[in-house]
Amino acid sequence: MSKLIVSPSPHIHSAVSTRSLMTDVVIALLPAVLCSFIFYGWNQILLMFVSVATCVLLEWAITKYLMKKPSTIGDMSAVITGILLALNVPYTTPWWVIFIGAVFAIGVAKLSFGGLGQNIWNPAIAGRVFLLVSFPTYMTTWSAPKGLFGVDAVTGATPLGVIKEGLLQGSTVPELMGSFSYKDLLFANIGGSAGEVCALALLAGFVYLCIRKVIKPWITLSIFATVALTSLLFWGINPARFTDPLFNLLTGGLILGACFMATDYVTSPMSTWGGVIFGIGIGFLTMMIRYFGSYPEGVSFAILIMNSVVPLLNMWFKQKKYGRA
Amino acid sequence: MSQIIIWTIAIITVLGLLLALVLYLVAEKFKVVEDPRIDEVEKVMPGANCGGCGFAGCRAFAEAAVKAPNLDNNFCPVGGNDVMAKVAAILGYEVKAKAPMVAVVRCNGSCTNRPTVNTYDGYPSCKVKAALYSGDTGCAFGCLGCGDCVAACQFGALSMDPQTGLPVVDASKCTACGACTKACPKGIIELRPQGPRGMRMYVSCVNKDKGPSAKKACAAACIGCGICAKTCRHGAITVENNIAYIDPEKCKLCRECEAMCPTGAIHAVGFPKPLDKEAVKARILERQKKEREAAAAAAAAQKEA
Amino acid sequence: MAKRTFSIGGIHPHDSKISRECAIRPLPLPPTVYISVAQHIGAPAKPIVAPGDKVKVGQPVAEPGGFVSAFIHSSVSGTVKSVGPRKDLAGNNQMTIEIAVEGDEWAEGIDTSDTLVTAIPEDNKAILEKIRLGGVVGLGGATFPTHVKLSPPPGSKCECLIINGCECEPYLTSDFRTLLEKGEQVVIGAAIIRQVLGNVRCVFGIEENKPEAIAHIREVIAKLGCEGMEVMSLKKRYPQGGEKQLIDAVMHRQVGSGALPISVGAVVQNVATSLAVYDAVQKNKPIVDNSITLTGECFPNQANVLVRVGTPLSFIIDQLGGMPADAVKVISGGPMMGKAIANLDAATLKGTSSLLFLRADQTVRGEASNCIRCGRCADACPMGLEPFLLNRLAKAGDMDKLEANAVQDCIECGCCLYSCPANIPLLDVIRMAKADVMKIMRARAAAKK
Repeated sequence: MSKLIVSPSPHIHSAVSTRSLMTDVVIALLPAVLCSFIFYGWNQILLMFVSVATCVLLEWAITKYLMKKPSTIGDMSAVITGILLALNVPYTTPWWVIFIGAVFAIGVAKLSFGGLGQNIWNPAIAGRVFLLVSFPTYMTTWSAPKGLFGVDAVTGATPLGVIKEGLLQGSTVPELMGSFSYKDLLFANIGGSAGEVCALALLAGFVYLCIRKVIKPWITLSIFATVALTSLLFWGINPARFTDPLFNLLTGGLILGACFMATDYVTSPMSTWGGVIFGIGIGFLTMMIRYFGSYPEGVSFAILIMNSVVPLLNMWFKQKKYGRA
Repeated sequence: MSQIIIWTIAIITVLGLLLALVLYLVAEKFKVVEDPRIDEVEKVMPGANCGGCGFAGCRAFAEAAVKAPNLDNNFCPVGGNDVMAKVAAILGYEVKAKAPMVAVVRCNGSCTNRPTVNTYDGYPSCKVKAALYSGDTGCAFGCLGCGDCVAACQFGALSMDPQTGLPVVDASKCTACGACTKACPKGIIELRPQGPRGMRMYVSCVNKDKGPSAKKACAAACIGCGICAKTCRHGAITVENNIAYIDPEKCKLCRECEAMCPTGAIHAVGFPKPLDKEAVKARILERQKKEREAAAAAAAAQKEA
Repeated sequence: MAKRTFSIGGIHPHDSKISRECAIRPLPLPPTVYISVAQHIGAPAKPIVAPGDKVKVGQPVAEPGGFVSAFIHSSVSGTVKSVGPRKDLAGNNQMTIEIAVEGDEWAEGIDTSDTLVTAIPEDNKAILEKIRLGGVVGLGGATFPTHVKLSPPPGSKCECLIINGCECEPYLTSDFRTLLEKGEQVVIGAAIIRQVLGNVRCVFGIEENKPEAIAHIREVIAKLGCEGMEVMSLKKRYPQGGEKQLIDAVMHRQVGSGALPISVGAVVQNVATSLAVYDAVQKNKPIVDNSITLTGECFPNQANVLVRVGTPLSFIIDQLGGMPADAVKVISGGPMMGKAIANLDAATLKGTSSLLFLRADQTVRGEASNCIRCGRCADACPMGLEPFLLNRLAKAGDMDKLEANAVQDCIECGCCLYSCPANIPLLDVIRMAKADVMKIMRARAAAKK
């Protein structure tokens, strides 16, 4: 007989591990990734490859040679950062730009804080904002989708960009809105970064994550609700100046951000109510930036700002303790 | 240009003077009157803030020492007699010199002496392990090997020997602050006098089980046989609860007990030469035989008379 | 109506009740029994026999060593061989009475027949004395002496007696089999306890995964015509069988931190305890045996067996085909709160409910990695605590903050460690911190007095 193992209770463990959770997120992202390949073609595939490979290899190299710790790439979190980053840039971005973004995301935003679980900001968003500030030209030159088997792309601005530009030039929202239909927005027939374009694929992934109980839906739903209510208020007051709720829900990285980036475990509050407040903050800040800021899009900034408030939210919103008032 | 420079200098000077005045006034207002000797005592302390003296830190010790009527209950184990002499000089007290101490690990249950009988699969902490069960060897008293003592030592004097799985004390770094003795849930580590020129003897076992059971668990266990106590001519060894203990005050470092111990549980440290066990043993046996004969002869003589 | 359950946290581990169809059967007597004097919470009992004494089954061999303590009886008839330290299942020395088995002669006055005695004595004091003399302790896990629990402090009033038939731990089936096979006795035992507490409402809390037991107890209650008794089917969820959780589920009341269940008018007793009360009061039979589940996927001879207290574990295992080759861990109790056994030569105690055999792939802990702040531990904690925070505070040794964050409320159910995706040994660390904080709290309370 071999030696008995002795350990403190409990003696069994749920099948859920960090790796299984992260793998579920990757699975949830696959529809959107496939969509982006089909709509944007080879360049998007190249970007995805460069982004994921850089994230994973860099994490491996840094943990092994700089931190001298067991490698953490097995937990799949670097893969997610890579995918999210690639979905967050226009497909026309040169590969070396996304390489720099991936280096920043993993090297600075994630591992310099101590790796998974220690970072304050979502690495993919930090990488994206870094690129947006450093390479505004590449990051804001949007192209209408060409498709894997499609015809030449038409360079243009994203719907939000069109509106912002148009408003500056004195046009009204209803005039500008004539150029796109909601059907186009829902089915990815618009310009934007890869992950902005297929709302349905992203929502399918979100539903998958909720069913698998990987995430709780409250953060995402409160972002959607806040965006809808805020824009309803402003649109109701002045439809000529402000865009309508449905448009705001479907454009920009809102769905990608709300479903996959704001719900990142590490950088979101743990309690349900903390999550709701977090979501309200993101939704409100997003709308403020969209309506009044100089950038057309605000989801990334809103998430980054709210990421910084998470420790406070964790302190303020706690679960009710048993038998205590 | 020059005007800008002059103005800058003037403003900064005035600002500096004003702030200095404010600081001075505040410092005066909130001044705490303290015995200046506390600062003096604190200065001569080692400053390790280890808590080995029983106070929260060196400052707390200094405060207590200044208040105390004498220094009998205040002793800094880290600084030892030198520091205490200085403290006594500042405060004008007498201080009795204490023998310098060192931490001693009283377990000899290395991997070869004490085979493991089960596998521990929990948080690597002696405290957690001890609360759970007797440990992964057959001995319920000995070292658990998770290194709580090493973590507790602020002076880097303890380390785990990967060969034996037991903690090793670096006597040159040990300050006898006692943190390890408190950290060990099994109470294996004892503070003992360093001994003359670092020579000391101790029983390296705390197993209270009866002989056969202790021996089964660990080849180097003290089995409480009492041979050492019978051998010792200085009355330094007592056997209680199946475990021998050498009183360092009475021990004369003759090493006879070490030679006679059947399991090698008695350790000698700091001696220049290893002990020739067989020779000493033969000498002791010879002596004991003579003693017995003498006693028999005396008894016989008494009978005749 | 939505099924009731407790309101905070909880998990749904795999049920694994694979031995549920095995009827309880008695095992042959071992050649020697080893009866420990520490079989209950509180002061160990004091041995009252000496080597060479002849004892009979049911004869007391140790008397209570304090107010919170209990009698211990010989579970066999034979000769006391020794009284001294012996290693318990954790490998620590424990005062133990060794008795060589010679025949099976019961002490006088014990009714060993199977006849059901339904008439309950009227004198409550006499009942409590019989419970005390019978050495009855809570058999749900805590082994708290029952007569103490049934004598509520003056000023407190019991409103509801809850009979705990949840058996929410995976694998365990001995309570379930007891409900099915000894339902009448359990119900009469509950009626006795109910009478002692002042004819209060009595609720059997049974989880919905045991529909046979629920139906059977309802039938028995109707058949015996017991008043004020009902069976409540509860949603399956761990740790429903925890005293505080069960009170929350049945009465929708929460016991305050550090308070006793009686403060909200509840008394909880386990099914097996109820049976022991019946035996002690109606049959004069003290606790000399208990039913134990032997289970685990790797254990071929699944069984629920009735064994005498003090039977060596290795004897029981040998009777059922020996140790399975691929078992690496043997647990006394359930997989969530049970104790891993270090020493199979140890003997059973009154409170031993199961021997669970687990394979390496079922039980070996994964490598701990960074906390990903997913909050699953906090979601799972049935006390509403934040294990991730307590773990961090414990490592920093911040006792004040640990107390402020209610580490002392932890019931050590294991939900946090079970659900942690990063395999962080949360409970290992928190359990130690809880002990430290409670020591400080007790010292403070003592200083106040």
